[in-house]
Order: sequence, then structure tokens, then C-alpha cells
Amino acid sequence: MAVEFESLAVGDVIGETAVSFNRADLVRYAGASGDFNPIHWNERFATEVGLPGVIAHGMLTMGAAVQLVTDWAGDPTAVVDYQTRFTKPVVVEDVAGVSPTEAEGTPVRIEGKIGAKDEDARTVRVDLAVSVEGQKVLVKSQAVVRF
Amino acid sequence: MSINPELAGRVYPAGEPYLVGREKIREFAAAVKANHPAHFDPAVAQELGYADVVAPPTFAVIVAQRADAQLIADPASGIDFSRVVHADQRFTHHRPIVAGEALTAELHVDQVRAMGGGAMITTRAEISTTSGERVATTVSSLLVRGED
Repeated sequence: MAVEFESLAVGDVIGETAVSFNRADLVRYAGASGDFNPIHWNERFATEVGLPGVIAHGMLTMGAAVQLVTDWAGDPTAVVDYQTRFTKPVVVEDVAGVSPTEAEGTPVRIEGKIGAKDEDARTVRVDLAVSVEGQKVLVKSQAVVRF
Repeated sequence: MSINPELAGRVYPAGEPYLVGREKIREFAAAVKANHPAHFDPAVAQELGYADVVAPPTFAVIVAQRADAQLIADPASGIDFSRVVHADQRFTHHRPIVAGEALTAELHVDQVRAMGGGAMITTRAEISTTSGERVATTVSSLLVRGED
């Protein structure tokens, strides 16, 4: 692992990144995960159940956000615990005039900092701030990394 | 129909094993935009000490949601799937999930709380190999919205 446990301190920023989801990303995640709830691919159904439009799977946002942590740690198996609450839906529009597979998509911003350090267990807790246009979409998003 | 408060404490035994496929791990990793070569290349995973490609941190949701489906499909639960919202999710990994394994999930209904006209149901899936080795524990809360 490139990161040295000893040098880490609570409050350290591990980095920030952005990931975007377009309609094709949602369909791909539906197939990969087996979650075919139509709110993630059908505009008519999504609005009928009171959503502003088609929304990303919360689990897609959660799954993509942790990449900041695994890239930083250099090892995806170092994440021994990962949790979040889903607070706000990530709306993914079908932009007119653009191919749905090439649309830029909805940008999700992810920032991580160290929220806790356990010297005995040799773990750090990375707290993720995950937002769309300044609004938090995940809260209490925390990944525990073992060194 | 309302949520049955007596669901709390119920345990749904492990169903048919879920066989973790190499292609499914690759497909899932690509879908969550994970790019570590250990998800794609068995040789890289073997250098890290695993028999085959390793799953990304949220892969266990596939197994957990299959277990949750048992509860949602149980007529005794009173859950209308079209009113379910995923409220929170947690994964605790006892060790990584590796392609080629057969996993089972025992589902525990840990808590049922009335929320307005609906309910918040917290479930826990204890995921292990068919030979009994513990692999992961997932906890999720499902908010079932009340009737409008």
C-alpha cells in the first residue's frame, strides 16, 4: 500500500474526485446488480411514483463513491467496512439531442477525509462527502480501511 | 395493507447458493466504475493472494438483495415493493469475496419501526460460503412509505 498508516492523522484530506452518471450507466448498473426497479430507467414510471424523474440507484452512487478510497488505499480489499445513508435522489436526465450513451450525465462530487484512526486495529475511517450541485446525496458515508 | 410488526426477529434461512462468477465481478466492477486490475485480471488477484478476481466493496449487495427479496415476497410481511425506498446500507467484510465461491445469505429482520403511515425495516444478511466460512455481514434499512 502506497499510503503509510503512521503518517495519517484525523482531518487529513485523502482527495476528491467526480463521477458522472448518464442513462446508459443506470441501465448497466441495473443489469450488473440485478436491481431492475423501473424508477432507474423509465421516466413515466418514476414520475408516476412521485419522483422528479429517473434516478440513479443509491447503490450505484455508493459503489462508485468508494473508488476514491480504494484508489487512495491502492487495494480494494482494504475496505473492511463501508456504510451510508441515502438522503437525496440523484436525478439523471435524458438530455435532448444527445446520445444517451454519450451524454455527460449528472456529475457527483466526492471528497474524503480521515474521520477517525484506530492505532490498535490499524484502521482509519474515511468520511466521504458526496454531493450533486452542492446538495448532499449520501450522508454518514464512512469507509473503514485496514492497513 | 400495513407492515406486520411481528416481523422483527424473524429469520429467513439461506436459500439456494449464489455462485460468484468472474464475469459478474468484472461486469459489476465496470458498472460502479471500479478500475483496479484485481477486479478484472486473475493474475493480478493471484499476486495479491486470491484464487481469482476479487469483488468491489459493494458487490455483496447482489447477495443481500436476493435475501431481502425473500422478505418482500413473503405475503406475511405486508410489504408493497413499489413503496420501498432504500434508506441506508452497510457492508462489513470479514474477508473479500472471490470469483468461484458459492455464497449463502441468512436474513435476519432486526428491527421494525413505525414511521408516519409506513415503517422502517432493518434487515441483516449474514453471508457465508456453503462450507460455513463467514464472508460478509450486510445491514440495510428499507423505508416502506405509507399509503397516500
